[in-house]
Amino acid sequence: MSKKTTYADGILEGFEYLLKNHKEFFVIGQGLWSPWYVGSTMKDLDKKYGKERVIDCPVSELATTGATIGAAICGYRPLIVHPRVDFMLLAVDQIVTQAAKWRHMFGGNSSCPATFRAIINRAGEQGAQHSQSLHSWFAHIPGLKVVMPYSAKDARNLLISSVLSDDPVMFIEDRWLYEKEEEYTEIEIIDLNDVTPQRLQNGSDATVVGISYTSMLCEKVVQKFQNENVFCDMFDIRVLNPLNVDEIVKSVEKTGKLLVVDGDWASCGMAAEIITRVIEKIDLTKLKASPIRITLPDAPAPTSKILEEYYYITEFDIHTNIQKLVNSNL
Amino acid sequence: MKQDVTLLIDPLQFRHNIDIDGIEKPILIDMLRKMMVIRKAEEKIAQHVETGEIKCPCHLGIGQEAVGVAVGIAMRNTDRAFGAHRSHTHYLALNEDTYSLFAEVLGKFSGCSHGMGGSMHIIDNKNGFRGSVPIVGATIPIATGAGLAAKMDKTGDIAISYFGDGACEEGVLHESLNMASVMNLPVLYVCENNLFSSHLHIDLRQPSNTTARFADSHMIRNFTVDGNDVVGMYKLLLNEIGDMRNNSHPVYLEAFTYRWRGHVGHREDIDVGLKRGDELKLWKLRDPIQRLLNSMITEGIFTQDEFDQLSNSIQIKINNDWLLAESAAYPEKDFLLSTVYAKEL
Repeated sequence: MSKKTTYADGILEGFEYLLKNHKEFFVIGQGLWSPWYVGSTMKDLDKKYGKERVIDCPVSELATTGATIGAAICGYRPLIVHPRVDFMLLAVDQIVTQAAKWRHMFGGNSSCPATFRAIINRAGEQGAQHSQSLHSWFAHIPGLKVVMPYSAKDARNLLISSVLSDDPVMFIEDRWLYEKEEEYTEIEIIDLNDVTPQRLQNGSDATVVGISYTSMLCEKVVQKFQNENVFCDMFDIRVLNPLNVDEIVKSVEKTGKLLVVDGDWASCGMAAEIITRVIEKIDLTKLKASPIRITLPDAPAPTSKILEEYYYITEFDIHTNIQKLVNSNL
Repeated sequence: MKQDVTLLIDPLQFRHNIDIDGIEKPILIDMLRKMMVIRKAEEKIAQHVETGEIKCPCHLGIGQEAVGVAVGIAMRNTDRAFGAHRSHTHYLALNEDTYSLFAEVLGKFSGCSHGMGGSMHIIDNKNGFRGSVPIVGATIPIATGAGLAAKMDKTGDIAISYFGDGACEEGVLHESLNMASVMNLPVLYVCENNLFSSHLHIDLRQPSNTTARFADSHMIRNFTVDGNDVVGMYKLLLNEIGDMRNNSHPVYLEAFTYRWRGHVGHREDIDVGLKRGDELKLWKLRDPIQRLLNSMITEGIFTQDEFDQLSNSIQIKINNDWLLAESAAYPEKDFLLSTVYAKEL
């Protein structure tokens, strides 16, 4: 019988691997000695590897993030945990203006291999300040790599790749994926520079692109369409910055149709960026329909359950839009 | 040592000779030379800011030379110092490398940051200067993390955070002091209190003119001292840094001083739009270089002639370094994209 694993297990295993194999790795963040904030992803790490390397800290996002950067500049490969994206915003100066620029502004004479682990933890009537993702913001910044895993395998392998990367990395994961189950695979050590969007489904009727949680929604819908003899190429982006769309361009040249599903706002967002890059590169005569993006409505997250149902992207939204693409021909 | 702040901020005080007793002559000469290198380098830069040859914003440290020199001589090159916008003094105190600074402010490839940083982003890892940036307060938590790294290394190294009185109005100072205190991190916080942030006097920004009160509230050992007495600060730091190496903990040093030029640029008379008062004239009589020199002459360990010779030789080197920097090459265009990531895309 094959062994199963989950996304949350993958992250925990990634931490175990790093703590076991890399002395220069340590992790700091609020709640790490009682890590219920982060589900089971850090369970008992402090007990196994010691409170000197699994460090709980004061309620100071800015200073602790800056300290993570300082330790990274001085030879460590630290990771700071921000159990919610929203609170991490208190540390934006350190992430955007310090870490991301540190190598460049010193002409390559220093580097900052820090990892910022941020968790999207939304819905459940938590409202506007407990629901943000903002990955597009961070992907805007040269010098800051942005990684968002969808599979359990990637959650583990890319966590390791992020920490071992010589660049600062924003590693954003989604609580809605924690229970996602898949076949267990062995750890692979992958250079983050070699990680590109992953093709999860094959087809020539349309190209569908998701990011992390929306890749799960897309994959489910694309699989359902296969029963109706509609076959889509489907990609999970994985690394948002620097963005590589080479395979997606080839796919759209084949299908002529593109749907991008991004669980963030539309304006200046990843969906816009992906569509633009594809359009810039393809032979436009091969396009058979206007590209479509599905994003959140341009409003802060609501609390009321009824509004939440309307706010978040559903499989139905994706289904409707794939159908629309399949039916249309320019 | 907690000197009376009302005296420390009074330019009529502390004009007397300083106490150089117990410090060996080579160290005193080292201090004098380093302060002279800084002053003359800054004057050279000021001259070329005025002509427009230097475009990047330069925040000059003339008048504040003693702080960086005292710290620079008391620290070792495996310690990790981080600076701010006014950090030429901290950099030159460690390496006296005027060429690499001149080339950097001119945006040349042979500058300390390969021309990518200018005056405000300077670095010399080899000598323990791990970087300066102009976002006010930004390196305070970074130095705190360098202290965490030093503590984990268990080598007795310390981190040094240079900042000014203005940075004490940023919340991150408090977060950092709290963290360093509760985690016992070996971080030396050095506040150069020159009484001004940009154009505004500390009396108009804070309810007290001494920032050491923040260290008190975070239960960090702290000192308020004459920032224009290089020997006094050096003696204090030797002792304190020694303790920090053996028994990891933070220390906060508030050094009262005064800048002779404006917040940014070469001018003495006008500072970011405001006319300066007569206070500067009085502060010039508390000159850290003159006070050390007078003390050395009085004690018979240096002569005016020796000083003139030292001064001339420094000037000659600075003039040469400037010419070399002027004729150095700019970065190649492809360098722009090659240093964004560790591996070029």
